[in-house]
Amino acid sequence: MSAVEVAGVTKVFETRTDTVRALDEVSLTVADGEFVALIGPSGCGKSTLMRLIADLDEPSEGEVRVFGMPARTARLERAYGIAFQQAGLLPWRTVRANVELPLELHGASAAARRARADELVELVGLGDFADHHPDQLSGGMQQRVAIARSLAEHPRLLLMDEPFGALDEMTRERLQGELLRIRTETGAAVVFVTHSIPEAVFLADRVVVMSPRPGRITEIVDIDRPDATADAESMRESDAFFRSVTAVREALHGGGAAAESAATHGASTRGVETR
Amino acid sequence: MRLSSRQTRAIGFGALGVLSLAVVWEGYKLLGPPEGISIGETVLLPRTTELAMPHVWDSVARAFQPASSASGELVIVAVAKAAASTLGIAGLGMLLGAVVGVLLALLMQRFLLADRAMLPWLILSQTVPLIALAPLVVAWGGKLQLGPFEWERWMSVAVIASYLAFFPVAIGTLRGLRSPEQAHLDLFRAQGAGWWKTLRYLRLPAAVPHLLAALRLGTATAIIGTVVAEVSTGARGGIGRLIVEYAQSGSSDPAKAWAPIAGAVVLGLVAAGAVALAGLMLHNYRRAEAR
Ligand SMILES: Nc1ncnc2c1ncn2[C@@H]1O[C@H](COP(=O)(O)OP(=O)(O)OP(=O)(O)O)[C@@H](O)[C@H]1O
Ligand SMILES: [Mg+2]
Repeated sequence: MSAVEVAGVTKVFETRTDTVRALDEVSLTVADGEFVALIGPSGCGKSTLMRLIADLDEPSEGEVRVFGMPARTARLERAYGIAFQQAGLLPWRTVRANVELPLELHGASAAARRARADELVELVGLGDFADHHPDQLSGGMQQRVAIARSLAEHPRLLLMDEPFGALDEMTRERLQGELLRIRTETGAAVVFVTHSIPEAVFLADRVVVMSPRPGRITEIVDIDRPDATADAESMRESDAFFRSVTAVREALHGGGAAAESAATHGASTRGVETR
Repeated sequence: MRLSSRQTRAIGFGALGVLSLAVVWEGYKLLGPPEGISIGETVLLPRTTELAMPHVWDSVARAFQPASSASGELVIVAVAKAAASTLGIAGLGMLLGAVVGVLLALLMQRFLLADRAMLPWLILSQTVPLIALAPLVVAWGGKLQLGPFEWERWMSVAVIASYLAFFPVAIGTLRGLRSPEQAHLDLFRAQGAGWWKTLRYLRLPAAVPHLLAALRLGTATAIIGTVVAEVSTGARGGIGRLIVEYAQSGSSDPAKAWAPIAGAVVLGLVAAGAVALAGLMLHNYRRAEAR
């Protein structure tokens, strides 16, 4: 069973002045345990797509299924964990209490909550900060708490909207490594929105490239991943990594029609970039 | 609970304020003309005679003498008793007003229609002058009789205080309940949390700073409302009554009249202190506030 099935989804926002076609007949399937990155220029509907999967918004047309259930059912069944661009921690709760929040909302016992939260806080390397409040943490630490929170209920699907967007390059790379490790340990499927090509390539099994106005999927790039034993450093410097980065970049800059015409002429899509 | 340096400083500034008020008082009394300063018919600054402005120390000394030759009770004891009574009534009114205010805010947050329908009436309710309201409440209360229960004057006073206090609480709480950002609301929706859980775990905690600000405003209004209502309903035993009583003996005993006024000020400070204490206890909910 696939983790996410988006079938012919269109999302139109009606504002007072005009209507925006944020998504136009988008279809996408994410297999169980698969890591899919969404990439594309600002405003191409990445967040919108993720919000539809999370049932934070409803599609104007088409259907979204999560683990075979309608998106709404999946949300009420807590089929996914979610992390946003802003950490979104509750300032009055400690790190531990923030991680416990989903469990508390769903009536887990205090002991079970505590045990799970301690485990997760440890997992994201914040063991010493469990009793701190969010305002006492750096942005990167807050983000790690948010990730821990999204993992609280062992979700089989993780939805992440630019979770590392606000971080510096070094923290970012470290968290990427942590995320990959967590993901290998939990075997969860991930839908990951990002603006960074290397980030998408480093993390994902498949990179979904989108274009704006109207929001569409222009290309899906398969990444040939090294075996799980390869360390992050050598992965980032491998030839395969650079080849994939180039492929995604070309898909991004080429756009749908241009890339096709370039391909039929047998020319490198690089030509499109220099237009 | 240890006080932070900021809080100690706040208390220091408070004491300094009281002190400088006394200094200004005595300074004006010393330098100002005995007949006061006026332009045409309008008096700008008061007379500085013993009758109008007794010395600060005279007023203080008077407070420690018997209130009247008939009763041996000291002025300060009489004032303290009256202040305690007023504080109790104001506290009751505040409690009532806070409960009503929070309930109204919940209703307005939950149902947009309630918001649209009620808000204009709430605003209108606060434009009714207290002086007009007091006799009405007393009259209505007088008609109320449930078995052995009988409506008393002080209950009218409490009702008036709550009528004044509920408004800032309702408005402040409503703002607080609406303060969570969209990201937090999304998070709760993603957890499948319904209205009640979102209220309990997100909206109410987020409303605490707004509620405290509203309570600061509400207690001040409740105290003033109680004192004024005591005067205008003729309720006995409170500090409002005492202010009137002692002012009547003003011509023969000017220093005495200031004691209940100071008592009312202290009352306000005590009430503000109580809210500040509540704020200290709830400090975890105020982390988002600028510090
Ligand atoms: N609530 C809304 N009301 C009206 N228009 C919206 C709304 N949400 C999104 N849009 C529009 O839909 C389009 C896609 O927005 P979306 O947030 O999905 O973009 P994005 O790909 O996530 O961009 P970014 O990379 O900048 O986050 C934009 O043109 C935006 O203006
Ligand atoms: Mg976005």
